[in-house]
Amino acid sequence: MIGTLLRISQLSLSRDRVALAMVFALPILFFSIFASVFGRQSMSGMSKVQVFVADEDRSDMSRYLIEALKADPGLRVRDSVHTLPGDARSPLIPLARPRAEMLVRAGDVPIALVIPRGWGATFPNLSGGGIKVEVLSDPSDPVARHMVIGMLQRAAATVLRGGSGASGGIGDTADGDPNAGNLVATVVTAVVGDKREGGKMISFYAAGIAVMFILFSCAAGGGSLLDEQDSGTLERVLNTNVGMSGLLAGKWLHLTILGTVQITVMFLWGSLVFGLDLMSHLPGFFVMTAATAAAAASFGLVLATMSRTRQQLMGFANIIILTMSALGGSMFPRFLMSPTMQKIGLVTFNAWALDGYIKVFWREAPLTALVPQLAVLAGLTVLFLAAARSMARRWESV
Amino acid sequence: MSTVAVAAPERPRAGAGVAVLRVRDAVRSFGQVQALRGASLDLLSGERLALLGPNGAGKTTLLRAITGRVRLDGGTIEMFGRAIPAEERRRVLGIVPQDLAVYPLLTARENLEVFGRLHGVAPSRLASRVAWALRWTGLGERAKEPVGRFSGGMKRRLNIACGVLHEPKIVLLDEPTVGVDPQSRERIYEMLEELRVDGASLLLTTHQLEEAEHRCDRIAILDHGRMVATGTLAELIERTVGGDRQVVLKLNRAPSPPLDGFERLEGGRVLSARVRDVGRELPGLLERVRASGVEIEDLEVRRHGLHDVFIHLTGKELRE
Repeated sequence: MIGTLLRISQLSLSRDRVALAMVFALPILFFSIFASVFGRQSMSGMSKVQVFVADEDRSDMSRYLIEALKADPGLRVRDSVHTLPGDARSPLIPLARPRAEMLVRAGDVPIALVIPRGWGATFPNLSGGGIKVEVLSDPSDPVARHMVIGMLQRAAATVLRGGSGASGGIGDTADGDPNAGNLVATVVTAVVGDKREGGKMISFYAAGIAVMFILFSCAAGGGSLLDEQDSGTLERVLNTNVGMSGLLAGKWLHLTILGTVQITVMFLWGSLVFGLDLMSHLPGFFVMTAATAAAAASFGLVLATMSRTRQQLMGFANIIILTMSALGGSMFPRFLMSPTMQKIGLVTFNAWALDGYIKVFWREAPLTALVPQLAVLAGLTVLFLAAARSMARRWESV
Repeated sequence: MSTVAVAAPERPRAGAGVAVLRVRDAVRSFGQVQALRGASLDLLSGERLALLGPNGAGKTTLLRAITGRVRLDGGTIEMFGRAIPAEERRRVLGIVPQDLAVYPLLTARENLEVFGRLHGVAPSRLASRVAWALRWTGLGERAKEPVGRFSGGMKRRLNIACGVLHEPKIVLLDEPTVGVDPQSRERIYEMLEELRVDGASLLLTTHQLEEAEHRCDRIAILDHGRMVATGTLAELIERTVGGDRQVVLKLNRAPSPPLDGFERLEGGRVLSARVRDVGRELPGLLERVRASGVEIEDLEVRRHGLHDVFIHLTGKELRE
């Protein structure tokens, strides 16, 4: 008897392609994605960290330090910028602190170092005193901050030892002073985002999870088309003057409103429970949320119109949305991925939406800075709607 | 064996006899499958026309062609004497699908309001039309309940109402009574009769031959994409199996020698004969049997019905 039941289950599974894909292909796909995100990064070594240095000291010692930093194979150091941002033909000038802060705030680099005036005269000071080098940090990349501070000590050691590489952190340590034992005393300034400890990742995860789940919601909501197909209401509605375009427009509007409310609820919860600073970012939040919800809604309709059954839809949705979420940074921040994976992630819907939210909540960017993300999301909305409309022709007159 | 004699019921004839819907030589193929091969049909003003046919005969394709949801490869469809554009066609037609095409989470009233709006009922008329539909279907007391809780018969009635809120002149019903109990079926046919009295012409498909026989004015039989017969039941019987009655006699034993003019069944204990005029021919028939020395235990006079016509025209072969 049990053997018969086993045979029924095996035959059913072997003839359900979507279920087979979910059982075997999806785990392999995800394993491959995560192996690409993390495994190759460790195998090929860490990618170079970009650092800008603003040398306000202009002493011999500060120049030696910058040269030592430039010689570090783990860093890509620049201490000058073009006078006109984005114009490579404009003359180069030494980087100043305001420009360095602007570059970090804009997300161009995760770290900038500011060597204050008079620093060279106090270097080295193993007691942890002396003038501190300011580390302008983007808290979205905590790894880069720690790496650069370590490499700064190594460069300082190189300077002191006349060019021979040495590990940083030499000297005595004193409890309670993070600079004790360091050749170069540092002070970290987070130039973007929530400066409270522990609150920095809240807005990222709120956006990441919200975007992933809005995609699932829209896919499930788009599935109402298939439910209507099965129940006969689709046929009935198409026999009225509404037509397929009107029907899709109605569904899209519903899903867009639903998605907007869903993300808003998620951020409100983050604000109430986890201290996410929503209220001071409302304009950017609503612009990004509306654009994200609109694109997710049209994406849900594409999935629904390309599916024949609800089971097929959920199969497609699981595979595509989980893949996009992994690559696009909903599960793991893209800025912690290798540069190659970051570029690959840009083909996903999630990456553009999350970049927009990060600009709003971390970089305090003005609305104009969201234009690239909004343009891509709007473009995807139109593209997905056109695709859904085209695929929905199968329900029209035949 | 009991004696059954089914008399043809008196049915109201169609009103003016003008075709409000005319399909001529409809042709449609789906790949290698020819769903319609020149089907023609007239729906007369104020009549109830039953469209019958085995599974796969092309009934649904024909209905969908009439609604404009299937494009014909050839042939014409006219309503009220002219080919009318799709938008106008949807105002003229009421469509009741076989599926229970209502939203189960919405209440009966909400379903009616939604489909009334979609069918273009003017906002000023919507409330009165919904009220009419609730009365018409007998669902007034359950108007505020989600439809998902309704019985099959209630859903069927609501399903019909959702298709006629805009007061169409032609109503197409695909299996309007499938899966409902006799009481609901009776109520549904009362509803349809009200529609007809109010001036609508009804074209309905059904596999319930008894309903077609007793509830419809005319019958059209479609098979292999062609209309193989159209007419009243009497006309169809006359044209196919003939108007003869079948007389079946059950005897106490088989007569010896066998009697001429009878078909012998069950080893000769049951005899069958065809008669044109029962009143004139039956007494002589019975006398001949008695004269052979056997006793007649039971007698049945059978009239040919739609079932015989249907099988005669479409055969007994399964259509799958």
